[in-house]
Amino acid sequence: MGAEYTKKELLITVVARLLQGCGHIACGASSPIPGAAALLTRARSNGRTRVTVLGSEKNNFFTNGGVELFDIAGEGRLDAFFLGGGQIDGFANINLVGTGGTYPNNDVRWPGSFGSAYLYFVVPKVILFREEHTRRVFVPKVDFVSAPGVSEPGVYRPGGPKHLVTNLALFDFDPKRIRFTLVSVHPGHTVEEVLDNTGFDFDRPAMVPVTPAPDAQTLAELRGSIRPEIAETYPRFAETAFAA
Amino acid sequence: MSMSPTIMSLDALAALVPDGAKIAVPTDYSGIAMAATLALIRRGVRNLHLVSVPATGLQADLLIGAGCVAVMETAGVTLGEYGGAPRFNEALRKGQIKVLDATCPAIHAALQASEKGVPFATLRGILGSDLLLNRPDWAVIDNPFQQGDKIVALPAIRPDFALFHAPMADEAGNVWIGHRREQMTMAHASKAAIVTVEELRPGNFLDDPLLAPGTIPSIYVGGVAEARRGAAPIAMWGRYPIDDAFMRGYAEAARTEAGFSRMLDLLMEPQKAAAE
Repeated sequence: MGAEYTKKELLITVVARLLQGCGHIACGASSPIPGAAALLTRARSNGRTRVTVLGSEKNNFFTNGGVELFDIAGEGRLDAFFLGGGQIDGFANINLVGTGGTYPNNDVRWPGSFGSAYLYFVVPKVILFREEHTRRVFVPKVDFVSAPGVSEPGVYRPGGPKHLVTNLALFDFDPKRIRFTLVSVHPGHTVEEVLDNTGFDFDRPAMVPVTPAPDAQTLAELRGSIRPEIAETYPRFAETAFAA
Repeated sequence: MSMSPTIMSLDALAALVPDGAKIAVPTDYSGIAMAATLALIRRGVRNLHLVSVPATGLQADLLIGAGCVAVMETAGVTLGEYGGAPRFNEALRKGQIKVLDATCPAIHAALQASEKGVPFATLRGILGSDLLLNRPDWAVIDNPFQQGDKIVALPAIRPDFALFHAPMADEAGNVWIGHRREQMTMAHASKAAIVTVEELRPGNFLDDPLLAPGTIPSIYVGGVAEARRGAAPIAMWGRYPIDDAFMRGYAEAARTEAGFSRMLDLLMEPQKAAAE
């Protein structure tokens, strides 16, 4: 079977399926795949979906400065956002600060928590997105909680993690059981590979489906209209992410 | 109309900042006063408390690498697609600077408290994070209007200076920032804004109803210096892109102290030539 689509085209398609029906989607820094997925969702929404791509001039309607993303999220006017992490654990805690040694003098320091400690609480659909699927990323317990996956009863928390998308698979997260469930494994990969590369326990059905591949119409949209749109913010990504 | 006394040279602007000052700087897309930053490094400023609004990159890495920074208060320090900030990361590993890890909206909210002159702001989220555990200056309080509702209180951040780069200033010392409203908040929240601009223009922006809403009135501005390409090698919105070759070189070279010094010298050369 020949490679009819790139891995990045598959991931864009997977994320776009999760975004269907969202009214306002925002994507943070260094998020070309979520950005392309959001733009694809908008293209299919008959004008019902708005997209904010941070770093974009064209796809950013904010006029009140850097605070507006957080204000709009706090008001409940943002439906979906993306977070990642240097480490993510089975309770959906994320670490964007560092690992090894003792905080704040970690052996490996990452940039910092950015908006995670707030947006994880107030955005109804947070999609965890991390391409690298290894045991160094998916750990039993994060070394530093930039933002917790769940909160105690009584904490104001209309939002939180709903899904996790990686290079290997798609998971759902259940905040009541505080566990991930494997939903599907991407074409060309196996459940064993996911188990071998995940450092935490998760649930899975007896038969794990294969993630549906993008259809011809989706690929045509991605390579036609979405590619130039995402190139405005991520030119290098647009050069390599899509098949000719 | 005569020129405002707040309009000065780059070196005079840098001389306004004493050792130990608390300085708010914007994020890379918003207008980085890089020429003024290099002037600060050249004059050997020490023990700065940098507050990034809300994240930072090359500017903080240069100041940290040059030994100018004691405290870094930030939601993120990174060279973006060029990788981690090498001098920041190394300084933390070696315990040479203190970091106050925050989250973006906490920095915005604490500045907004300052611009209102109130002692603290409240913000949702943060509860249960290790950020909160490591910020003894943040508090968890009860919502006085709803029993059992905990919320985080953040003390107002009152910088001595907001330091940023903008497209233009007028001869009255008003600064036009367009839609870069975080610079307005930074100016309001700080004791004084010190600003470099691509160009000085005659007249008064406040007389023009199209320019006035995007203008910081001179009452907030302590100093303005013209610095063409003053954000380079960082991009300036609507004017010039990031210097890709420099950033690639820096990300690689600044992993060592010697490499960092070489890259800093490269940035300093045009300034040295201008000063001679």
